[in-house]
Amino acid sequence: MGKLTPSVEAPLKRAKALGSSHHGAEHWWMERLTSIALVPLVIWFVSVVISLVRADHFQVVEYFKSPIHAILMALFVIFSFYHTALGLQVVVEDYVHSKVKKFTTLVVIKLGLFIFAVATLAAIAKMHFSA
Amino acid sequence: MPKMSTMNSTATNAETNTEKPATSRPRPLSPHLQVYSWLITSTLSIFHRLTGVVLSIGLLYLAVWLVIAAYYPQSYDAFADFSASPIGILIMAGWSVALYYHLFNGIRHLFWDMGKGFELKNVTRSGVAVLILTVIFTSLTWAIAMKVGK
Repeated sequence: MGKLTPSVEAPLKRAKALGSSHHGAEHWWMERLTSIALVPLVIWFVSVVISLVRADHFQVVEYFKSPIHAILMALFVIFSFYHTALGLQVVVEDYVHSKVKKFTTLVVIKLGLFIFAVATLAAIAKMHFSA
Repeated sequence: MPKMSTMNSTATNAETNTEKPATSRPRPLSPHLQVYSWLITSTLSIFHRLTGVVLSIGLLYLAVWLVIAAYYPQSYDAFADFSASPIGILIMAGWSVALYYHLFNGIRHLFWDMGKGFELKNVTRSGVAVLILTVIFTSLTWAIAMKVGK
């Protein structure tokens, strides 16, 4: 990403000796951190889908009124969307070779995922606080 | 077989471009999936990516589900009907396989990150274990889901 936006990056980056990858270990580490959090959350998520797959609308809203359900689902949404953004970024960086296309694809993916994540969190909050 | 066809196409490509300087010819870029011979390890590695991409679509499905439940209650029945339709079941089936594969293979990756299980024998073994666990957990999940639904 570093070479794409030379105008907004100070020579400090070079001084910090981040090398040819233009970044440090944050991407790698956050991918692992989110994956560790997702191991138990994914198992929990499957159980939620099983219990709600045939539920009607009222039961779904009722389910998210519980603080523990709302919080766990919010955590699952945050970690899984973050993990997805990091993972898709690597796929794009590996297979999209034109600089412009790569930049555009990454912007679309990252903004899109961010919008979807916020909308999902808002939906959980709305159901949780509904009367 | 795929190896041969790749070699042939590369050869013809090189012939047609003989007048151009070497630097302007399209060079192979890594990872170039079609030039490798089949190995269980590389196949499982590609599956990890593939299932990751599938899961990102699954995540959008989750987003649509919760947004409809919260903001478009009048459309909830239509969404639930779609999820219970053959296409919906197919999406759920693909989602569950991808989820378990990515989960177990992801745990395999976390062990590698700790420097464990790198011996070739163990890499193959853990790969087979991932496949077996995926089948067991997917079947178990669907057995439970069917039972809950009754």
